[in-house]
Amino acid sequence: MRRLLSGNEAFARGAYESGVRVTTAYPGTPSTEIAETISTEYPDIYVEWSTNEKVAFDVAFGASWAGARAIVAMKQYGVNVASDSLLRSPYIGVGGGFVIINSEDVGMFSSGSEQDYRYYGKLTLIPVLNPSDSQEAKDYVGVALQISEDYNTPVMLRSTTRLSHCKGVVQCHERVEKEPIGFPDDGRFRGIANPPALQRHYQLIERFHRLSSFAEHTELNRIEWGDKKVGIISSGFPYQYARMVMPSASFLKLGMIHPLPVRLIQDFASEVEMLVVVEELEPFLEEHIRSLGLNVVGKEIIPRVGELSIEILEESLSKVIPEIKSSNAKEIQGVSIDTKDLIPRTSTMCAGCPHRGAMYTLNKLDLIATGDIGCYAFGIHAPWSALDTVVCMGASIGNALGIENAQRTMIDKSMTLPVVAVIGDSTFIHAGIPELVNAVYNKGTITVLILDNSTTGTTGLQDHAGTGVTLVKEETKALDIERLCRAVGIERVNQVDSFDLELLEETLKEALLADELSVIISNRPCALLPQAEKHPAVLVDETCTGCKLCNALNCPSLMFDLTQTAVEGNEKKSWKAHIDPITCVGCSLCVQVCPVGAIRAPQ
Amino acid sequence: MNDTTNILAVGVGGQGILLATDILAEVALAEGLDVKKSEIHGMAQRGGIVTSHVSFGRKVYSPLIRRGGAHLVLAFEEMEALRAFAFLNAGGKMIVNTQRIIPPVVSSGLAEYPSNIMSRLKATSRTIVDMDALKMAIELGNPRLVSTILLGGLSLFLNFDQKAWEEKIKEGVPRRTAALNVDAFREGRRLLNGYRIH
Repeated sequence: MRRLLSGNEAFARGAYESGVRVTTAYPGTPSTEIAETISTEYPDIYVEWSTNEKVAFDVAFGASWAGARAIVAMKQYGVNVASDSLLRSPYIGVGGGFVIINSEDVGMFSSGSEQDYRYYGKLTLIPVLNPSDSQEAKDYVGVALQISEDYNTPVMLRSTTRLSHCKGVVQCHERVEKEPIGFPDDGRFRGIANPPALQRHYQLIERFHRLSSFAEHTELNRIEWGDKKVGIISSGFPYQYARMVMPSASFLKLGMIHPLPVRLIQDFASEVEMLVVVEELEPFLEEHIRSLGLNVVGKEIIPRVGELSIEILEESLSKVIPEIKSSNAKEIQGVSIDTKDLIPRTSTMCAGCPHRGAMYTLNKLDLIATGDIGCYAFGIHAPWSALDTVVCMGASIGNALGIENAQRTMIDKSMTLPVVAVIGDSTFIHAGIPELVNAVYNKGTITVLILDNSTTGTTGLQDHAGTGVTLVKEETKALDIERLCRAVGIERVNQVDSFDLELLEETLKEALLADELSVIISNRPCALLPQAEKHPAVLVDETCTGCKLCNALNCPSLMFDLTQTAVEGNEKKSWKAHIDPITCVGCSLCVQVCPVGAIRAPQ
Repeated sequence: MNDTTNILAVGVGGQGILLATDILAEVALAEGLDVKKSEIHGMAQRGGIVTSHVSFGRKVYSPLIRRGGAHLVLAFEEMEALRAFAFLNAGGKMIVNTQRIIPPVVSSGLAEYPSNIMSRLKATSRTIVDMDALKMAIELGNPRLVSTILLGGLSLFLNFDQKAWEEKIKEGVPRRTAALNVDAFREGRRLLNGYRIH
C-alpha cells in the first residue's frame, strides 16, 4: 500500500511494521508527530509522553532490556537532556532493538540555536543512520533495530525539521511481531560499575571496528555512478537538493554516517576528478574525509548556517563548477514587480492568551525576569520586552537564583532589582522541579511565576503529567503544582486569575518584597483549548482618545484606524481603536487597561 | 525530473493551507504519481506566514520549490501573493484569493498594508486569476470553506479527475462538513470556469 507520510509519520509506521512494543517521547518540534501518530494509529505499541527526554530514554532502555523493541523520540535539544543516560548506554548494551530518533531543527524554525547532533555518534561510538526521505525514514527504523540487536548497541536515527515534516510516498507493509523474551535471568549486571566498565570500553571499541566493516558493505551506503568529473558525497535531504542541482554527477549517498565507510569513500574519491561534500551545518563528514588525506570541496563554499536549498547549493557549487548557473538560469525568467512595501508577519500570542497579562505586568514593574521555553518567550519582543533571559528548559529558576545571589554580595544595593523566574507548566514539570527544590534548599527569596495553561502549548496542545490525561487519552492522576510547591517547603504560594491584571500586579508586588521564596501560579487554560472561556467581543465607543495605551498588550484583535475630523475648520487626524469581532474572545485585558473606559463588554 | 509539476500555496496561519495542500498531494498520489509536500509547522498558527510546497511527477527529489520554479501559485491572501510572486516560473500562473489579512504591525498603525497589489500583479506578463473565495465561503455559511473553494479553482488548472478531488476532500475534512466542502469545491470550480485550461 502506498501512503503519503511525513517523515515523522513514516518513523511511526516503521516502528509499527518492525514490531516495536514501547515508544516514549517528550513533545517538541520537530519530532512531536512520531509519538502522536503511534498513539492514534498503532494501538499495538505502548506509547507515552514522558516528563522529559532523559526519563523517556530510561523508560525505553528498560523496555529494551526486557526484550522489547523500543524507540525513544527526541526533539531538538532533547538528546542533550538525555545525554547522561545516552553516553552510558553503549557500555551496557541492549535486549530488544533500541533506537533513538533524534530530530534537529536545522534552520531554527522554532528554536534559538542550531546544534549538529551527529557529533553524539562520535562521542558515544553509537552508529548513526541518516534517512533522506519518508520512505527511508520508515525503512531505516527496521534496519536500525536490526543493527541494534546484531551489534548489541543503541542506534541513533537522525532527522531534521525538513525530513520530519515533509511528506513523501511510502510503500507500507504489514506488522511483523517481535515477541519480547523478558528480562533475562542470566546473572549479567546491566549497568555501569567498576571493574567491568574498563573492560567494556575495550569491547565498545572492538564493536565499533565491527560496525565500521558493516558500513563498508551495507546497502545503506551506495554509489550512483554518473559523470566522473564531479563526485558528490551527501546524506539526508541535502542529497536530494544535490541530485537536483547536479543531475548527471556521480554520487556516494550515505545512509549510515557513523561510522563512515572509509574504503568505500576512498574508492569513490579515486574515480572522480573533483570530490564535493554536501551537508548541512558542521563539516562532520568533510572533516572525516579530509582526515583520510583526500582533497574535498566543502564548507569553504557551502554555508555552515541554516538549511540548504537548491538555490543555495546552486550558488555555492557555481563557485567551483561554473557551468551550473548557466545550465539552470534559463528556468528563472524574472519579471520585475515592486515588492519594496511588503510587511513581515511576526507570530505573536493569540487573542485571549493567558500569558498576555503576565507579560504586560512584568513590563510595567521594575524587576529582572528570567524566562524559559514556551509561548511566553514571545514576551522578549516589543512592546512587552518583559523577559530579560531565555536559555533552555528549566533554566529560569536557577538563573534567577544566581542573579539574586550575585546581588546579595553587592555593596551598592541601588544597582539591584528583585528577580522573577517565569516558566510554563509543561516546562516546569520537564526540568523546573529540581531547580525549584534547589532554590528552596538554598534559601532563595526569588519569585517564581508559573504560567499554568494546562497544556504543552507551543508544541500544539499535548498533555503532560499535570493535565490528568495520558498520550493515549486515558485518565490518570494530575500533578497538583500548588501542592507540589507547598510540599517542597514553599509557604507563599498564590493562584491568580490570568485575566485579573490588578490582582496579578498586587500579588507580584507583595511577592517581590517578601523575604522568602514565593510562587505565583497564573491559572487560565491556553486560549486554543476547548475549555478556554470565550465571551462576546468587547466594543470601543467614541470616547476613545487614541492614546494607544492598550497597544502595550500587543493583542492581535486590537486595531487602530486613522480618522479625520474637522475641528474648527482644520483637518485633524487621530487614532481610534477598534476590536476585531471575529478573533476577540472577550478576555477583557484591554477593558482593564483603558484609562478612559472607552472599551467595554457588550451589554 | 522535467515532468515535475510544482505548486506553491501561500497565506497566513489559520487559513487552512496545510489541509488544502494535503488534499492536493493525496489526489496526486491517487493518480499514481510520486509526490513530495513540505512546509514548516511550529509558530504558523499564531499569525505567521504559511507556505506549502507540493511537487508531483514521475520522480520527485526536492521537497522545496525554488524561486522561479513554480508552475502554479495558490495565494490565500493578497500580500502573500505579492511576496510569492518571485516563485512563479516563466509560464507560471497564479490564483489569488482577494482577501486581506492585516498584520498587527499595520493594525497598530506602525506600517501600511501595500496598495494596488492586484493591479501590480496583473501588470506582469504572468497569468493572474483572482477569486473572492471569502465572500463565497460566507455565502455558503462558513468562512473556513475558503480553502476548498480555492482548491476548486486550482483543480481547473490540473489534469486530475474531479471524482478523485471530491473523494480526497471527503477523506480530508471533518466528516460532518464533508458534503459542504464538496459543494464549496464545486462552487470554486464554477467561479473560475471561464479560465479553464485543460
